[in-house]
Amino acid sequence: MSPWRGTLACAVLAAALAAPGPAHAEYGDVVINKRSDAGGVRPVVFPHWFHRIRFQCRVCHSELGFKMRAGANDVLMADISEGKFCGMCHNGEIAWSAERCDLCHSGKPGLPSRVYGGHQTTGPGRW
Amino acid sequence: MSSSRRSVGPVSTFRASVVWGVVLCLISAASEAQWTPLARDQVHDPDSPALKFLQEPSQALSTLPRDSAGNRVDWMRALNERVIAPRAKLDADAPVRLREDDILLNQRGGMPMVRFPHRSHTQWLDCSNCHEHLFKSQVGANRLSMFQILQGEQCGVCHGAVSFPLTECMRCHNTPRTAK
Repeated sequence: MSPWRGTLACAVLAAALAAPGPAHAEYGDVVINKRSDAGGVRPVVFPHWFHRIRFQCRVCHSELGFKMRAGANDVLMADISEGKFCGMCHNGEIAWSAERCDLCHSGKPGLPSRVYGGHQTTGPGRW
Repeated sequence: MSSSRRSVGPVSTFRASVVWGVVLCLISAASEAQWTPLARDQVHDPDSPALKFLQEPSQALSTLPRDSAGNRVDWMRALNERVIAPRAKLDADAPVRLREDDILLNQRGGMPMVRFPHRSHTQWLDCSNCHEHLFKSQVGANRLSMFQILQGEQCGVCHGAVSFPLTECMRCHNTPRTAK
């Protein structure tokens, strides 16, 4: 076997090992696409992991009124603009304002609404 | 130079390069494979302008106490060790109620019993998040079933979606029957 063949084999092996593993949403990510596709915007990706670093569950699920069950919440942009639900924080003071549509509406078009868990379970949730 | 020595050189070069390739790849895989970048996570649109602004999971989560499941973060340790300090309320008048007792569940089943800790749950949640629509407050009044839980009912509303997943049986079924 010649040296270049060894190097080539190594490169192939390295490429195979370095190739991206099974890509998946972060555990607890929720895609919300009740009206986005129809409205001509990307679906919303809600990352639980990001929010729970900053807020306890009770803030959104008790104070703000988000029901616990995935899919049970019917939130309109009008509600958010009036300061309800996401709009309690996404008002330009605590977090970016609802005018920055793209930051929340950042999902792949056509994705169905549900919890997109992580590597161990896709998570339940009925919509 | 003998013919046998000529054949040994390239083979050992090949072996060494393979070993180094494997080592380097394992190191890079171990450091990056924990959390998928947003652009490859299958839910974000790789063309979305948001990807330039949104925080990457690896940036936030790699600094927190490690776990083997879910977000790969031990959220209870992160909270108890004050690595994170999530706000408990927006309105200064909102109640924050902590309950300390444990409830022993699954007293007649085949698996080890479940010691349900109110404390760790109320460090995150309000009573009304579970009571009375998921669980009655009276001990013994709830008929829990893994079949229901695995379908996203009862404990499965959160466990398997946001809080640690249902693959971690023994975290809940944690109390031997002899220890009752």
